[in-house]
Amino acid sequence: MSATETLVATGNQAHSHGPGSPVPLQARNERTTSYDVADFPVPNGREEEWRFTPVKALKALFADEAGTETPKIDAYGPDGVVVESIALDTVKVLTPQDRIAAVAWTHAGAATAVRIPVEAELTEPVHVNVASLGGRGYGHLVIEAGRHSRATVIIDHTGSGEYGANVEIVVGDGAELRVVSIQQGDHESIHIGQHDAVIGRDAKLNHVTVTLGGKIVRLSTNVRYAGPGGDANLLGVLFAESGQHHENRLFVDHEAINCKSNVLYKGVLAGDHARSVWIGDVLIRAAAEGTNTFELNRNLVLTDGARADSVPNLEIETGEIEGAGHASATGRFDDEQLFYLQARGIPEDEARRLVVSGFFNDIIGRIGVPEVSEHLHDVIEQKLARTAELSAAAAKA
Amino acid sequence: MATLEIRDLHVSVDTENGPKEILRGVDLTIAGGQTHAIMGPNGSGKSTLAYSIAGHPKYNVTSGTVTLDGEDVLDMKVDERARAGLFLAMQYPVEVPGVSVSNFLRTAKTAIDGEAPKLRTWVKDVNKALTDLDMDPDFGTRNVNEGFSGGEKKRHEIVQLELLNPKIAILDETDSGLDIDALKIVSTGVNRFAEQGDKGVLLITHYTRILRYIKPDFVHVFVDGKVAEEGGHELADELEANGYERFLKTGAKA
Repeated sequence: MSATETLVATGNQAHSHGPGSPVPLQARNERTTSYDVADFPVPNGREEEWRFTPVKALKALFADEAGTETPKIDAYGPDGVVVESIALDTVKVLTPQDRIAAVAWTHAGAATAVRIPVEAELTEPVHVNVASLGGRGYGHLVIEAGRHSRATVIIDHTGSGEYGANVEIVVGDGAELRVVSIQQGDHESIHIGQHDAVIGRDAKLNHVTVTLGGKIVRLSTNVRYAGPGGDANLLGVLFAESGQHHENRLFVDHEAINCKSNVLYKGVLAGDHARSVWIGDVLIRAAAEGTNTFELNRNLVLTDGARADSVPNLEIETGEIEGAGHASATGRFDDEQLFYLQARGIPEDEARRLVVSGFFNDIIGRIGVPEVSEHLHDVIEQKLARTAELSAAAAKA
Repeated sequence: MATLEIRDLHVSVDTENGPKEILRGVDLTIAGGQTHAIMGPNGSGKSTLAYSIAGHPKYNVTSGTVTLDGEDVLDMKVDERARAGLFLAMQYPVEVPGVSVSNFLRTAKTAIDGEAPKLRTWVKDVNKALTDLDMDPDFGTRNVNEGFSGGEKKRHEIVQLELLNPKIAILDETDSGLDIDALKIVSTGVNRFAEQGDKGVLLITHYTRILRYIKPDFVHVFVDGKVAEEGGHELADELEANGYERFLKTGAKA
């Protein structure tokens, strides 16, 4: 990474980022949440939670109307896993935090539930394939991991339409659940999703978002703890290309004692108007003694014309914690790395691939699902080949 | 045997005040089997010469030629120069996060040879090269130059020199920042490379210290962007005794 990157100091105390640093307009827990669409005015783009998002392109999803299609949701898993359609308000772990989530809640019709039985230890992942068919549609998914179960659920989003969705995740006491959400819609697709998870006593959630396609993808992931000893690992990978807006908004709400959270999001951007946004909010409430949290966002900008915004926020209401920190760094592709590798005979394209796969290396190692890691590796190769072609064409022009 | 010929090389860099000429007509011939030392004061252009031969994009060659066995080096991309048989051991080796030394070495070797090295002998070769430079074989699993000490970075450069085994090696102040033990280890590695007989070495250094361990056939004093004087080892002895003062006066007149 180049010398332009910065590492924000970490420590157990809330700290200032100096005069002029952005201050959230309101504390994180004071934001509106509601099941009623009318409680959220149509955004104009100046609101704190919408200021990075191209709201003009989301007009249809803001309308309080039924969708024009029912997205195809196909879920299957190893024996014992229960897949069923349930009423929308069965679980209610999630409360919509913005207008699109409220519209999706209202118009999804029914929820698809994936239930991992108590004490089940799955050796194969559960697959949930969500295909948007080209119109506007809403989805609602519930993932419940029973007490002391172990499972991996892979949600694969494809297709070409506009998709608004809510995902409710319940991790039972002592359970370990891995949820991987892959966004690889067509170039014109839009996906606005809210994932809310509640983690039981001594339970662990590994939540992974992999965003590889779509004109606009905006995912809001919220995690809270139902009891002490919970552990949340929130990982994210994105590769935004020309004209794509990929946004991740995370909120970890520490209210229970002795819980952990670790957030690691990494993005690569290439091409004109490639855009990424990362918002990482962590709130440690007064009761949440013994909390240990760290969040890190890193972005690698490969070409001119791309932009990454990164906003970590940490609110701490008690000093009785183990640790709290955050860091954010965005750097340009380092030409000295390229020169060094080329000076050892490695052709330029391959050198770029090495540097980018090196950038993602630690996070890919932590995803923990070989089929996802391999797929990610392949798609990154394709994207880099495309970037190289575009650069070569631009150099000729 | 390989021959690297540099003829009337002029190189400039872009600055805020326009291009600035750093090399002002360098003539130098390095044939296989020879070790040349280029010595000179700070700012004389020694490193610019090394990076220009390797093809760093910061340096603009405004006139002159560089050929390797008659092939136009200046017309080659950076990686093509390396595959043609040139190697630059860098003064400041670059960190490449997330890329392991073993992956890096294998990728480079594959690129240089045009085919992947045989797995069984390759692992042995890498471990031997690391051990020869007094580096633990564990370095293979570490990221390239990340968290390496200054001395480890320099030794890693010589590990690469031995494994990639080019025709001509250019060593850019490989001795700077090394303690005496590391200097001996690095020198032994360079000598092992040179003793193959057909290899050319261009050793760029500010100090005479390394010349106690690597004996150059030719010494060139580099001042103000070109070779000011050439001789044998006795020239290095003179520099050891008197420093660069005599040449700096000459340089000021030019």
